[in-house]
Amino acid sequence: MTTTPTEKTANTPEQSGKKDAPLLEVRDLHVEFHTRDGIAKAVNGVNYSVNAGETLAVLGESGSGKSVTAQAVMGILDMPPGAIPKGEILFRGQDMLKMSPEERRKIRGAKIAMIFQDALSALNPVLSVGYQLGEMFRVHQGMSKKDAKAKAIELMDRVRIPAAKERVDDYPHQFSGGMRQRIMIAMALALEPDLIIADEPTTALDVTVQAQVMDLLAELQREFNMGLILITHDLGVVADVADKIAVMYAGRIVETAPVHELYKRPAHPYTRGLLDSIPRLDQKGQELYAIKGLPPNLLRIPTGCAFNPRCPKAQDICRSETPALHQVTEQDGAAMAGRGSACHFWKETIHG
Amino acid sequence: MGRYILRRLLQMIPVFIGTTLIIFLAVYALPGDPVKALFGDKAADPATVARLKHQYGLDKSLIEQYWMYLSNLFKGDLGTSFSQREVSDILGDAIPVTIQLALVAFVLEAVFGIALGMLTGLKRGKIVDQIVLVLTLLVISIPIFVIGYLAQVYIGTKWGIVNPTVTDSNDITQLILPGIVLGSVSLAYVSRLTRTSVVENIRSDYIRTAIAKGLPRRRVVGVHLMRNSLIPVVTFLGTDLGALMGGAIVTEGIFNVKGVGNTLYKAITGADGPLVVGTVTFLVVVYLVASLLVDLLYAVLDPRIRYA
Repeated sequence: MTTTPTEKTANTPEQSGKKDAPLLEVRDLHVEFHTRDGIAKAVNGVNYSVNAGETLAVLGESGSGKSVTAQAVMGILDMPPGAIPKGEILFRGQDMLKMSPEERRKIRGAKIAMIFQDALSALNPVLSVGYQLGEMFRVHQGMSKKDAKAKAIELMDRVRIPAAKERVDDYPHQFSGGMRQRIMIAMALALEPDLIIADEPTTALDVTVQAQVMDLLAELQREFNMGLILITHDLGVVADVADKIAVMYAGRIVETAPVHELYKRPAHPYTRGLLDSIPRLDQKGQELYAIKGLPPNLLRIPTGCAFNPRCPKAQDICRSETPALHQVTEQDGAAMAGRGSACHFWKETIHG
Repeated sequence: MGRYILRRLLQMIPVFIGTTLIIFLAVYALPGDPVKALFGDKAADPATVARLKHQYGLDKSLIEQYWMYLSNLFKGDLGTSFSQREVSDILGDAIPVTIQLALVAFVLEAVFGIALGMLTGLKRGKIVDQIVLVLTLLVISIPIFVIGYLAQVYIGTKWGIVNPTVTDSNDITQLILPGIVLGSVSLAYVSRLTRTSVVENIRSDYIRTAIAKGLPRRRVVGVHLMRNSLIPVVTFLGTDLGALMGGAIVTEGIFNVKGVGNTLYKAITGADGPLVVGTVTFLVVVYLVASLLVDLLYAVLDPRIRYA
């Protein structure tokens, strides 16, 4: 889909051949939550796609709808209060929203797996990790208890948990944070799914462990040629592993770009703000930059561009018209592959 | 674990001595002379009174009496009731009856309480939930003797489904109605407790993970949800088993079940000191053992709790 020079996309020429059917494609997805105070519009028309072997990073603040989109893809939204009034989620060309619950269940875990943020609460505290890993094989492949346990040990070895054999009967609380996240990764990998959704997989970890876990994830992704959706608010994590980025704000994608392009030349004021708020060593002593204001209340999203109350470049048009995701072009009008910006003034933003 | 159990067993000694001492003092400090009461309206023969007092050790000081009681207890002698029967003999007749009654009530409250709790927890806010909520609140708020008499009058006398009173206390089929009455309040509590626990856990992250793993719903509920939700329920059931064994005074009285509760009631009204103390001693032991078992079971159910 995109033409980044990284090796991840380079080894998937067959995917680029059937461009019309990516591994996962989300089309015009809307998700809302019916609450006592009204309808919270968490996702308002998201489009993205992921190919095999490709990593899509979804970036955004809390409440931008990045996790909700992922949960809708996974089929684990609480419905009600959640509802999907509109949209399609195509997995290998088939709309999952039209499938029966049983069909969807068989895809979950086996074809699309998810890694959660806080492994301590995401793992069942009263079941041993071996049991929880083995459950994948027992449920989806009808394996015996004994074989499933052997597989669990194999998985734990694979994600490099030391002394896997001795620790297979331990409980989640007996592992360190990094090891627990490895168990989460092992669980997602168990059935070698086509797509993994990682929802802030490293947020709960300290920095050195973060790097280890991300490296492991990237390595396993290459090995199995999986698609990966990486949900994060950490721009540092994204730069290392992602192929392309989708920046979300108030339930919409405001900018898409190949990873290095985005860092070099953001085409949306929000992205620029995010990049400017990364603390830099060469600006030590100066005040840290922060985007003014707060993310919008999803019950009352501002009219026009949702970012307008916080945008330093907002004009009258930003308050009245919602910008579409424009194709971003070079100054000479040549299209930039995979780039889009939902800003009325994307030209001014990218070309200064 | 072994050390923990040993420590708990050692802790039982002061608790046991303390509780028995309190009940001993309470019983024998009561006004009125139990020996004279044995004669009823007739004039008491001073020689006989003195002989009986000596026989029961009532001529000694309270502390001496208590010491005598304790040392006899460790020899397995619970003393002699004022009715001239051995206390251990009376309890030996009553305990099996109470165990049967408690078992009926316990099975009932555990099975139906947990089933109702799971159902209402999974269907929270729905009509089933509302109905069960009203019913359980009703049962909890009505005193047990009202429930008991109503059950006796309607099910026993008016509709004649079962005997209004128990004629043979060792016939477990006759204990079913008293068992239902005895277990009804706890059943309501168990169902409320299970419901709360289910509602709390169903929103947890690990249930979301279980769903994301593609597990079938019955496995998500049956393994992941149940296993976590039943931890507080089991604790309640354990302590309640102790209460069912001793707290059946009212129910046993209404249905004429000759169990421990009935024995205790008669002993208190008859000012039968040795029998009261003996029965209560038995109940103290039941409670101590039940609470130890609950604590041990807790560690089995929740691996995060480890005793050292």
